[in-house]
Amino acid sequence: MILAMLIAIPLLAGLLSWPVSAVHRKAPFWLSLAAVGSDLLITAFIWANNSSNLVATRTNGQWLIDYRRDWMPQMGISIHLAIDGLSLILVGLTAFLAIAAIVSSWSEINERIAFFHANLMFTISGILGVFLTIDLFLFYFFWELMLVPMYFLISIWGHERRAYASMKFFIFTQAGGLLMLISILGIYFIHGKATGVYTFDYNQLIGFSLAQPETIWLMIGFVVAFAVKLPAVPLHPWLADAHTEAPTAGSIILAGLLLKTGAYGFLRFVIPMFPAASAMIATPVMIIGTLSILYGAALAFSQTDFKRMVAYTSISHMGFVLLGIFSFNELALQGTIAQIVAHGISTGMLFLIAGALQERLHTRDLTLMGGMWSTAPRMGAVTLIFAVASLGLPGTGNFVGEFLVLLGSWQANEAITAVATMGLIGATVYAVWLMHVTFFGSAEVDRKFPDLSFREMVVAGIMIAAIIAMGMYPSPLLKISGSSVQALTSGINTMRDASAAWHETHDTIKPGVTR
Amino acid sequence: MNMNDFQALSPLIIMAASPMAAMLAIAVSRSYRFTATLSLYSIYAALLSLAVAYPQAPHQVSSLIIIDRFAILYMAIILISGAVVIMLSYGYIKKCDINYEEYHILMLLAIMGSMVLVCSSHFASLFLGLEILSVSLYALVAYPKQRIGQIEAALKYLVLAAVSSAFLLFGMALVYADSGTMALSAIESRAAHGTAYTLPFAAGLSLITVGIGFKLALVPFHMWAPDVYDGAPAPVSAFIATVSKGAVFAILLRYFNQSDLSHSSLFFLIFAVIAAASMIIGNILALFQKNIKRVLAYSSISHMGYLLVAFLAGGELSVRIATFYLIAYFIAIFGAFGIISFLSSEDKEADDIDYYRGLSSKRPFLTLVLAAMLFSLAGIPLTAGFIGKFYLITAGVSTGLWKLVVTLALSSTIGLFYYLRIIFNLFAPAENLHLPINVSAAGSVLLITLLLLLLWIGVYPEPLMDGISAILEASF
Repeated sequence: MILAMLIAIPLLAGLLSWPVSAVHRKAPFWLSLAAVGSDLLITAFIWANNSSNLVATRTNGQWLIDYRRDWMPQMGISIHLAIDGLSLILVGLTAFLAIAAIVSSWSEINERIAFFHANLMFTISGILGVFLTIDLFLFYFFWELMLVPMYFLISIWGHERRAYASMKFFIFTQAGGLLMLISILGIYFIHGKATGVYTFDYNQLIGFSLAQPETIWLMIGFVVAFAVKLPAVPLHPWLADAHTEAPTAGSIILAGLLLKTGAYGFLRFVIPMFPAASAMIATPVMIIGTLSILYGAALAFSQTDFKRMVAYTSISHMGFVLLGIFSFNELALQGTIAQIVAHGISTGMLFLIAGALQERLHTRDLTLMGGMWSTAPRMGAVTLIFAVASLGLPGTGNFVGEFLVLLGSWQANEAITAVATMGLIGATVYAVWLMHVTFFGSAEVDRKFPDLSFREMVVAGIMIAAIIAMGMYPSPLLKISGSSVQALTSGINTMRDASAAWHETHDTIKPGVTR
Repeated sequence: MNMNDFQALSPLIIMAASPMAAMLAIAVSRSYRFTATLSLYSIYAALLSLAVAYPQAPHQVSSLIIIDRFAILYMAIILISGAVVIMLSYGYIKKCDINYEEYHILMLLAIMGSMVLVCSSHFASLFLGLEILSVSLYALVAYPKQRIGQIEAALKYLVLAAVSSAFLLFGMALVYADSGTMALSAIESRAAHGTAYTLPFAAGLSLITVGIGFKLALVPFHMWAPDVYDGAPAPVSAFIATVSKGAVFAILLRYFNQSDLSHSSLFFLIFAVIAAASMIIGNILALFQKNIKRVLAYSSISHMGYLLVAFLAGGELSVRIATFYLIAYFIAIFGAFGIISFLSSEDKEADDIDYYRGLSSKRPFLTLVLAAMLFSLAGIPLTAGFIGKFYLITAGVSTGLWKLVVTLALSSTIGLFYYLRIIFNLFAPAENLHLPINVSAAGSVLLITLLLLLLWIGVYPEPLMDGISAILEASF
C-alpha cells in the first residue's frame, strides 16, 4: 500500500495543480514540492524500517515490500508493486532530483504554471511506477506513460527547436517501447504455453528458461528499449536534442531519471530474465559501452552549447553504466549503481546551472561566456565542484562509481577496460575546458548579472553535500544496493555453473573468477 | 414468416420503417428538430428491439438473413454509432442553409444497410445491404453541397464504390458458378482449404477480396479515402470511417475468419501483404498531410491494417480482440470528428491543422478531448487505444505472426509523428486564433461521455472484453 502511495501522491498533486492554481498562481509549485517531499520522507521511512533486512543476503523474489492487486485477472495482469534495495535507491533519487527540478522552475516557468507542474508530477509518477512495478504489463504501461508528460514538458516549455526535439524523443523511445512490448508478449505466451499459467508476473517469469533461438530475439526487444533510454551509442541521437531543448526541470528529469530507467531495465529485467543470452552478448555490449564513453566525451568537448555539452557527457557516463552491468560481477554492479546516483546528482546540478545561466544571459552559447567568475563567484564555485565531479575526481560520488566499474570490468575484460579508462582523460579535458570557457579566462563582454540566489544556493548546497558524502562515505549506499547486487550475481553464477557444459557459449563467457 | 421471424427481425423492421415515417413526416410539415428526434428515437427503439431479438439468436430467416449473437453485437455497435453520428450532425447540418431533413432519412438508410450487411448470410443480402449503404453515402457525401470539392468527393466515391461493387458482384458470380451456392458459408468452408481451390473459385475469391478491400480502403485500394474524407461533411466522414467500415469488417470476420487457416495459403498471404502495406503506406502518407481530415483518413487506412493482424491471427479470440479494437477506434474517431464538426462553420470546415494552433489557450476542454482521442489513436496508455493495440499485438504474438507484429509496432511509431504534430499545434502559442463557434451543452456532454468512455476502457478494459466475450460465446 505504501508503494502505491508513492506513485499516487505525485499523481494526485498533478491533478490538483489546476484547482490550487485558482487560489494562487504559484500554489502548484508548493503543492508539487510537498508531494515529492512526502515521497522522499516515505522512502526514508521504508529505508529506516528495512535497514536490517537489507543486510541479509536474499535470493530473487524476496522483496522488502510486496503489494499485489488484480487488475485484469483474465490476462494475468495485476497491479504488482515491490521494492528492493535497487529500487529503493532509485526511488530516493527520483524524489531527491524532483525537488531540484521543481525548485529550478520557480523563476523559469511563468506560463501555464499549473499545467507545467501537472506534467512534472505525472512524469515523476510514471518514473516511480517504472521503478516499483514488477508486473511486466504494468511496467510497459508506466514506461509509455512517462513519455507523454515529458513530451509536453519539452514541446510546450522548451527552447527554440522544441518541436523537433520533443518529437524525436518521443518517437525513439516509443519505437523501443513497442519492440519491448512484443518481447514481453512473446515471453508471456511462451511461458503460458509451457506451464499453462498465463501471467505477466516478474516473480513467475524470472525462473523460466527459454529455448535458445527465441531467447536472443526476445532479449533484443528489451535491450533495444533500454539502450534507447540509456542511451547506448548508435541509439543516442534523441538525447542531445531533447536535453538541450527541454526546460531546466525537464533536462534534470531526463538526465537524472529517465536515463536511469534504461539502466534499471537492464539490471531488473535483461540480466535476471535472460542470464545466458546476456552473457552471450556481453562482449559486444561492453564494446558499445566503451564506444559510448569515448564518443560522448569527444562530442562533449566539441560543443558550443552549454546544455548540449552536458548532454553528451551523459552519453559518456552512461557508457560506464553499460560497461559495469555487462561485467557481471559484484564490484562492477555496485559501481554501476553508484554511478547512476552520482551521475543523477552531478548532471542534474550542471543542468540547473545551465538553466540559471540561460535565465541570466539568455544564451547557452559557450563562446559568448568567459571570465564570469568575478561576476558570479558562487555560481563559479558550484560549477567547479560539479565539473570536477563529472570528471570523476576522488572525493566525489562519481569517482566511486567509475572506479568500481573499471575495477570490476577489468576482471571481466582487460582490453576493453583499458580502452574505457581513456574516457577518464576525455572527461578531464571537457570538464576543465568547460570551466575555462565559462568562468575562467577573460571576459569577452563585460556582463553584470546576479549571482546564485538563496533558493538556488540551498539546492546547490544540498547537492554538494550529497555528492561529497557519497564520495567520502559510500558504504551506506552500497549496503542498500548490496543485497540486490548479490541476488543478481548469484543468479549469474548459477547460470554459469549450468552453462559450464554448454560448449557453444562457453567461449563467450569470460568470467573473472575462472581466469 | 412466423412470429419468431418477426421477433428476430424486429431491429431491421424498425430501421426500415423509420425512414418511411420520416418521409411521411416531411411531407406533412418540415421540421428539422422533429426529424432529428424521430431518427434518434427510432434508433433507440431498434436498440431496445435487439433485446427482443436476442433470445431468438441464432435464428435463420429464409436463406438471406441470419440473426445470431455476432450480428446482434454488431447491430448494437452500428446503432449506437449511428446515434452518435446523428448527434454530431445535429448542429453541423443546422448551420447549412438548405432543406436538411432528408439528411436524416439518408442516414437512417445507411444505418439500415450496414445492419443488413452484418446479418447477411447470402450473397444477395450482402450485396443488397452494401448497396443500400453505399447509395445513401453517395448522397450524404455531397449533402449540403456548399463547399468546393464536395461534389468531386461524391463523384469519386460513386465511381470507385460502383467499380468495387462490380468486382464484388463478379466475384460472387464466379464463386456461384463454381460452388453452385450463393450462401456465404460456401466461402467459409472452402477458403480454409487452400489446396481445394479451383480456378474460378480462386478468381472469385480474389475479386471479392478486391471489393472488400475497396470498402475498407485497404492499400492498394485506398485512393478514394483521403479525398472522400476531406470532401464529405465531417459527421459523414465519421460515419464512413466507423460504421461503414465496421460493417464490412464484420463480414470479413464472420466468413473469412478461419482458425485453421494455414499460414502458407494463398489467401493468408494476400491478406498479410495487404495488412502490411496498409499499415506502412497509410502511416507514411499521413505524414505529408496538412488537413486533419486527410490525416484521419490515412490513419484509418493504417488502423484497418492493424485490425487485419487480429483477423489473420484467426480464431475466437481474434474476433473478440478485433471487436474490442473497433470499439476503441470508433470512440476516438467520433471524438476527433466530433470536434471537427463542432468547430466547423457553414462555409468552412475546421480541417486545417493550423486552424487548431493554440487551441489550448482558448478551449482547454476541447483540447483535452482532442488530445486524448489522438493519443488513443496513437495507442498511448490510459486510453482505450492502448489496450486495443495491446490486444492486437497479443493476438498476433499468440499465433506467431512475428513479421506482421513487428510491422505493426514500427509503422505505428511512424504514425506517432503526425498525431504528435497535431497535438503540438494544439499547445503551441496562439497566433491569430479565431474561434467564433461555441460548442453546445449537448455537444459537450457527448464529448465528455466519449472521453470518459475512452479513459474507462483504457484503465479498466475487462468489463468490455467480458461483455463482448459473453455475447459472442455461443456464436462461434
